[in-house]
Amino acid sequence: MKRQDVAVLGVGMHPWGKWGRNFVEYGVKAAQDALKDAGLEWADVQFVSGGETIRNGYPGFIAGAAFAQALGWTGARVASCYGACAAGAQAISAARAQILAGLCDVALVVGADTTPKGFFAPQAGERGTDPDWLRFRLLGATNPVYFALYARRRMALYGATDRDFAKVKAKNARHGLGNPNARYRKAVTEEEVLASPMVSDPLRLLEICATSDGGAALVLSSMEYARRRTTKPVTITAVSTVTPRYPSSIIEMPNFATDSAAAVAPPDLSFRDSIAAAAYAEAGVGPGDVDVAEVYDLSSALELDWYENIGLCRPGEAERLLNDGVTALGGRVPVNPSGGLACFGEAIPAQAIAQVCELTWQLRGQATGRQVEGAKLGVSVNQGLFGHGSSVVAQR
Amino acid sequence: MAAWFDVDGERPRLIGSRCRRCHSYFFPRESFACRNPRCQATELEDVPLSTTGTLWSFTDNHYAPPAPYVAPDPFQPYAIAAVELAEERMVVLGQVAPGIPTTALEVGMRMDLVADPLYADDEHEYLVWKWRPAGRGDRP
Repeated sequence: MKRQDVAVLGVGMHPWGKWGRNFVEYGVKAAQDALKDAGLEWADVQFVSGGETIRNGYPGFIAGAAFAQALGWTGARVASCYGACAAGAQAISAARAQILAGLCDVALVVGADTTPKGFFAPQAGERGTDPDWLRFRLLGATNPVYFALYARRRMALYGATDRDFAKVKAKNARHGLGNPNARYRKAVTEEEVLASPMVSDPLRLLEICATSDGGAALVLSSMEYARRRTTKPVTITAVSTVTPRYPSSIIEMPNFATDSAAAVAPPDLSFRDSIAAAAYAEAGVGPGDVDVAEVYDLSSALELDWYENIGLCRPGEAERLLNDGVTALGGRVPVNPSGGLACFGEAIPAQAIAQVCELTWQLRGQATGRQVEGAKLGVSVNQGLFGHGSSVVAQR
Repeated sequence: MAAWFDVDGERPRLIGSRCRRCHSYFFPRESFACRNPRCQATELEDVPLSTTGTLWSFTDNHYAPPAPYVAPDPFQPYAIAAVELAEERMVVLGQVAPGIPTTALEVGMRMDLVADPLYADDEHEYLVWKWRPAGRGDRP
């Protein structure tokens, strides 16, 4: 055990879908399930860490306190963390810091969201100094536009094909078939993917993650507290919330341009390469130790980028990994056994937490129908706009 | 939006910032401090950026983006380009001039900057910068 370890005593989720109810309800259901899984009462929780989204000007309707109020005020301390798609990792990180500082023994991490239909869009109003508003106004640069720029770049650099991208979707659809929390539980063939409408060339409708409602929660505790209650808990051995290093030379949402590398050479690791690398370093492990990974497949093509970014292979080799079945269930390093965003869609502040729920079930051997046999170490990776990195290493 | 580019003769130029101390470039303009963490000087000057570059990647919109994008009805798909500027060593996004499909684009090709309408209302036509493959004449 290392100094920075915390225990995952319980995990819970509200199924992903398009339920159209208040996000707080999903968060409460996930929290109740996580507490039950941990064998604890809500009153045992000393610190509530909420992942926020931004809606109507109020970040996540003040997430931490909204969940605490709905569960019933107990005087527990709260934090609300914004990190876009990486909000959940920020919330995990805040809870972990409280535990490691000795300020609390038991923390509840909750993220939940209710999403509108269609493209994510910026807040209304004339907001001419907000890059997230301006990218829509001046470019019509939706999120899939950025995903598609990466996909096309991958095709040009490494010869990736439409069929490679379709294979990622088919693989993840297969993985998620039996996952009770997944929104889409239906086999999808490569041909069906390739026949779906083009949204942003080269990405088609079935290759772009949907926007979903859902909630996820974790009960975290100090290792000492966990030892008194259980014998071999899953532990979180690293949480990476890194930001980019200047100059960041890959275009990122919601920016109009990259940093300039005219005066300073780009860092050895790109931002996306640096996210899991920081987590590995903190846990004292390497990509060769990974048994299972949950990566942020905002698009089918982006999953291939992540294989390289988290060190499963060298740049340009991801298609081979995919086509050799290495990243499918039964392969050497299954990626997105949960079904990934391909089967869930994105419930922004819940997603990084949901990744850790899946890793926990995998490491406990409880991932019925999608179990990675003998998994001992899992890594999650995710990235939120505005420069939010997110990666968690979980071990058992 | 005039501050983001100007039109010099026929060709638009994006207006960025350059740090007077370390010579890093920024687009859109950075008005307060250099973002190079080892510099952080506060003396920045407005500079026109290169008007040609190399196509880093591209895509298109087959569906109308949501507001605040002002989409024509009926919607016409259009391409979007990420173009790498050699001197500034940065990639800048822009719409691709209308009528140029993604099949006419190839990563690595030369691209020129042009000015073209973003949208029009009853009183004005609003211009924006766009990219188009080099050597396609004066009009997109």
